[in-house]
Amino acid sequence: MKLHEYQSKALLRARGVVVPDGYVASSADEAREAAAKLFAAGSARVAVKAQVHAGGRGKGGGIKFASSAEEAGEMAGAMLGTQLVTPQTDAEGVPVNLVYIEGGADIANELYVALTLDRSTRCPVVIASSEGGMDIEEVADTNPDAILREHCAPGWGLRPFQATRLAYKLGLSGKAARGVAATMIKLADAYRELDASMAEINPLVITGDDGVVALDAKFDIDDNALYRHPDLAELYDTSEEELLELEAAQHNLSYVTLDGTVGCMVNGAGLAMGTMDEISNAGGFPANFLDVGGGASVERVASAFRILMKGERVSAVLINIFGGIVRCDRVAKGVIEALGTVEVDVPVVVRLQGTNAEEGRAILRDSDLEFIVAETLRDAAEKAVAAARGQAEA
Amino acid sequence: MSIFVDSNSRIVVQGITGSEGSFHSRQCREYGTQIVAGVTPGKGGMTFDDDVPIFNTVLEAVEATGADVSLIFVPPPFAADAVMEAADAGVRLAICITEGVPTLDMVDVVGYCNARGTRLIGPNCPGVITPGECKVGIMPGFVHKEGRVGVISRSGTLTYEAVDQLTRVGLGQSTCIGIGGDPVIGTTHRDCLERFAEDENTDAVVMIGEIGGSGEEEAAAYIADDYPLPVIAFIAGQTAPPGKRMGHAGAIIAAGKGTAAEKMKALAAAGAHVVESPSEIGAKVLEVLGE
Repeated sequence: MKLHEYQSKALLRARGVVVPDGYVASSADEAREAAAKLFAAGSARVAVKAQVHAGGRGKGGGIKFASSAEEAGEMAGAMLGTQLVTPQTDAEGVPVNLVYIEGGADIANELYVALTLDRSTRCPVVIASSEGGMDIEEVADTNPDAILREHCAPGWGLRPFQATRLAYKLGLSGKAARGVAATMIKLADAYRELDASMAEINPLVITGDDGVVALDAKFDIDDNALYRHPDLAELYDTSEEELLELEAAQHNLSYVTLDGTVGCMVNGAGLAMGTMDEISNAGGFPANFLDVGGGASVERVASAFRILMKGERVSAVLINIFGGIVRCDRVAKGVIEALGTVEVDVPVVVRLQGTNAEEGRAILRDSDLEFIVAETLRDAAEKAVAAARGQAEA
Repeated sequence: MSIFVDSNSRIVVQGITGSEGSFHSRQCREYGTQIVAGVTPGKGGMTFDDDVPIFNTVLEAVEATGADVSLIFVPPPFAADAVMEAADAGVRLAICITEGVPTLDMVDVVGYCNARGTRLIGPNCPGVITPGECKVGIMPGFVHKEGRVGVISRSGTLTYEAVDQLTRVGLGQSTCIGIGGDPVIGTTHRDCLERFAEDENTDAVVMIGEIGGSGEEEAAAYIADDYPLPVIAFIAGQTAPPGKRMGHAGAIIAAGKGTAAEKMKALAAAGAHVVESPSEIGAKVLEVLGE
């Protein structure tokens, strides 16, 4: 679950990291008032920042600077309610529903600091770079030596000596080195306490008087840990999410919209991906990823159909169930029952394999509904792709 | 022979009285697995199905029954602690089926297990089966067959699909391991490859990977260094979009890294037989072993 900049900064501020003063605004008027407060408090200019989960906001025009409250209001008004397109979004962009109005900082030096999981060592790792303000992947490609790393040992977290070592390697000294090391430890503690999968400050600014300020921040929280962070779960802004993906999540189904024409429903994530790949091998493309879960109960199959059929481009459906513990005859009955409650006006190809597969196929063949029954995964994919083509031509 | 589990393995099931735990314990026993103990705090002194003693703690279970493998069906909030309890009680192998364990819990648990010499398999996995000897997990036993092909996979049903293909072409399996679909898992593709290389009853290894992480690339680097067995590999998620989690917590192409294409390229360059279609796994193994 991604958090917005303003949410991430509030979490950092609560842990003693210095962030500029700022206010969230959802209208031009609110933005103007917020900017007026910041100017009154001594800001020379204010930033108007679109609050979206995507990165690359600056390049997409989602960060502007105003030298008067009036101008800040106008900029916010122009940004709010629009779709922001950045290098990290698709062509449609993401909706801007909130802006963050923030006072400036006296920037002498910009750094990059983040915590993420290093899957290969199975440890959190601190990543730091003196090339602050840049996209870290770009730095990794163009100047990999500029990226410094320290791994957090399980059970120990980021030790002070590691933070100090990073600060000196970044070329800092004195007060700035101490401040950056302290900020990295606070960020690492936040990463751990909040069950983040990513925590980033970019840029981390060194001010003219060697102060340390987090100018931008973002957190990504591990969905599996949200049960123990109800306060964070409340921060979830769903406005950038796909509606169908949200609806699926409410039914505990894992669903991802894709841009092909063959809707698929599969039990198990690996087999679901394998089925998508096989559809592609057969010359088509999947309309979605959908894992109904190992059990594939009637209720889940029915919800899955409902969500699947809302996909705009779906011209055929492929159901691929490998019956292990779940019996295929039960799945077949479930599919028939589900089709009694959901309108499906495209061809449905069903492939059942595993426990009682033959009985399951017989139930489908003997039903009043029209199914295209397939035996192997390849056969199913080919039939589904052909059916989708036929449907598109009809 | 086999790796990790065999007919001598003595299993303690943590969470044996829960709905998943009790169902699958019965399935394992029907397969012939020696389930020697169960653990459910508060139910110590009772029995499961009239003949499996239940203990309050894993340590008591291990001391009383000599269990050396733990099978864990404990809900996500308590799963990390359950694995640590198993490791502390001295089991040599802990297999955690639970899906949805917070990732940072597993970081500490993997460190804890390593320090105690306990191998962890999973979490978020179907478990391990040595066909004809011992099933320690939730996989359907009947699709498996005794034989000489090792199987390693991050997935559940896709593994059953591959195993089913092998069985249908007449190839049995030595041991099949579901290593789990999470970002942090106890046992990797590479770890399993190492063990299969030492197993004189394994002639080939099927490796099923998927998008996300670099476990397949690390396995490829290991295979490239004169790996003694043929490896047949499939990577799921060739059509998956970047930045989207595909069901498994670990199945995500992050910052352009962890694509199926990269993994397939690394494995092919290392000398593995990479198939593009999940339907070709069984036939490919047959072809490679026939050479």
